Amino acid sequence: MNRQRSTFLITVLCFGYAFLYIPIIMVMIYSFNDSRIVSVWGGFSFRWYLALLDNRQIIEAALLSLRIAFISATIATILGTLAGLALTRMGRFRGRILFTGMIVAPLVMPEVITGLSLLLLFVSLQDFIGWPGQRGATTIMIGHITFSMAYVAVIVQSRLMSMDQSLEEAAMDLGGRPFRVTIDITLPIIAPAMLSGWLLAFTLSLDDLVIASFVSGPGASTLPMWIYSKIRLGVTPDINALATIIITIVSIGVVIACWLMLRQEKQRQQDAQLAYKNNL
Amino acid sequence: MVEETSDQSTEKPAWQDPAAKPFIQIENVSKDFNGFIAVNKVSLDIYQGELFSILGASGCGKTTLLRILAGFERPTTGRILIDGMDMTNIPPYERPINMMFQSYAVFPHMTVEKNVAYGLKKEGIAKEQIQTRVAEMLELVQMTEFAKRKPHQLSGGQLQRVALARALVKKPKVLLLDEPLAALDKKLREHTQFELMNIQDQIGVTFVVVTHDQDEAMILSSRIVVMHKGELIQCGTPKEIYEYPINRYVADFFGTINLFEGNVSRVDDKTMEVECKEISTTVKALSSDTTRVNDQLTIAVRPEKISISKEAPEGEDLSILKGIVWDLGYYGKLSIYKVRTETGKVIQVSAQNRIRSAERVLEWDEEVYLSWDIQSSVVLTE
Ligand SMILES: Nc1ncnc2c1ncn2[C@@H]1O[C@H](COP(=O)(O)OP(=O)(O)O)[C@@H](O)[C@H]1O
Ligand SMILES: [Mg+2]
Repeated sequence: MNRQRSTFLITVLCFGYAFLYIPIIMVMIYSFNDSRIVSVWGGFSFRWYLALLDNRQIIEAALLSLRIAFISATIATILGTLAGLALTRMGRFRGRILFTGMIVAPLVMPEVITGLSLLLLFVSLQDFIGWPGQRGATTIMIGHITFSMAYVAVIVQSRLMSMDQSLEEAAMDLGGRPFRVTIDITLPIIAPAMLSGWLLAFTLSLDDLVIASFVSGPGASTLPMWIYSKIRLGVTPDINALATIIITIVSIGVVIACWLMLRQEKQRQQDAQLAYKNNL
Repeated sequence: MVEETSDQSTEKPAWQDPAAKPFIQIENVSKDFNGFIAVNKVSLDIYQGELFSILGASGCGKTTLLRILAGFERPTTGRILIDGMDMTNIPPYERPINMMFQSYAVFPHMTVEKNVAYGLKKEGIAKEQIQTRVAEMLELVQMTEFAKRKPHQLSGGQLQRVALARALVKKPKVLLLDEPLAALDKKLREHTQFELMNIQDQIGVTFVVVTHDQDEAMILSSRIVVMHKGELIQCGTPKEIYEYPINRYVADFFGTINLFEGNVSRVDDKTMEVECKEISTTVKALSSDTTRVNDQLTIAVRPEKISISKEAPEGEDLSILKGIVWDLGYYGKLSIYKVRTETGKVIQVSAQNRIRSAERVLEWDEEVYLSWDIQSSVVLTE
């Protein structure tokens, strides 16, 4: 009985993982395919990777994506950290719970809605103040900042809540003014959380298609937008190579972010243990 | 268990000198946390150079009172004066006070040295001077060899020293310590206790120590205040509080005490007699101006104030009763007897062992007399 169940479970598990990962692995394998026809194996080669380098459109789209991801992740980290600080350290102010709830709302908001509402915002801004003029890289960046900021805020907020507040009080007691204390004590301690927030924001921006499609203009195509437009004309082998590169970058980012969060969790447990020991 | 606190100086202590100016004045301070009153109308004067303990059970508002002194909580009512200056609305970073936190709050991302230097850097002191002062302070707390270590490489006792050094290096006029020894194991605690006293003695800074350990408070303090549910119950030297507790709570808090309830049967200017039904004895005690016949009160007597003997003792001012030895224990210099009276009440008596021999003077079930002096009957009116 027990044995049967475990074989059943293992089968289901394998099936699930296969479902998740076989397509990705296939893409990665076929990116080294020498053949021009995607579904026929013609030997191992790097030709599609080299072909990518010759394709100016791809290079431009990739560089645009990286630039947008880098800038939007950086700004989102700054704003998200400020939001997290305000929500945890400003004490109880009216509507704090409402604000805390509102910061996580973008996480569950359908991307189509976020994209659409941003587009409407840009269009009406254009009517009223004549900005942003041409939609393109800037508007995509703003769009990415709005939703990835929420992720950063949530990560930073949870770290701040687990941080021993007497560290900040001790610094203030020793003569540090509140702003200095934030710089000297709080930021170094939450830095790993900020870094994992940045990485998350970076990867989210890098693979976003929906919001970018809504708020972009004719001039600017990010990498996912370019791939999507190409794929409608049929899959070419160079797309496999590109996908493999993106998967690698994103995996590295996610693995580092997870590792940082795990370490933070360990730190939190240590803090809790220490606090427990000290309160006996 | 309780050491006599020896008076080293013949000078009057500051709190008995009407001309002395208190260094910290807490005036009618209350703290209300959304309807929960954590500190209730506390008034207290603390003098320069004191080692003052705030003692009370967990949750009675000690930390809150300390945080009000440090400036982390604003009192709902009342004010705080330090050296005559009103500090109620001064932020913590501008008060001439430093605090050692219960969790020690050593900055995890800085080395020991950097932790200690932090407060001096905020004062804008020259680098070389910071270095010498940090080195001196690490020397004082014996942490010089760990200067380059990070906090996670230190033990609890070492973290405590870092926290202490970090607060003291600022040369504060007052150091607040929140349960400084609670995180240490028993052996280390005793050692650290004396070190704290030594350091306080060396640099002469006023210490205000919060603790829930009455033995610790007894040994450390020049004066103790006992708190209960946010209110001050009694303030005095360890000896005063131990020998003359003002109510049952304080009496119980400091070690064992025998309590007898009774009614006043006779009063004159100085003395009174209290009829205690529980032990069917008339207990003699000193009276106050307000004592009246038939007042209900409780007589408290410490175990070591009671003499135990085989023959009936004689004396004008003695309260005497009879019983049998119910239990006895021998603890080195001390013997503890539990004596059962005819009414069934068990009274605890402790006696110094003067005769160094194995032969016991008293045995189980032996009939004995208990007696104590009129001075030893502590009257609790609540
Ligand atoms: N910031 C706060 N908000 C609400 N209640 C508090 C706060 N700080 C302390 N209290 C309450 O005040 C009481 C006294 O706390 P505390 O001063 O820490 O006690 P102690 O240090 O004597 O153990 C506790 O019941 C605690 O729950
Ligand atoms: Mg406390």
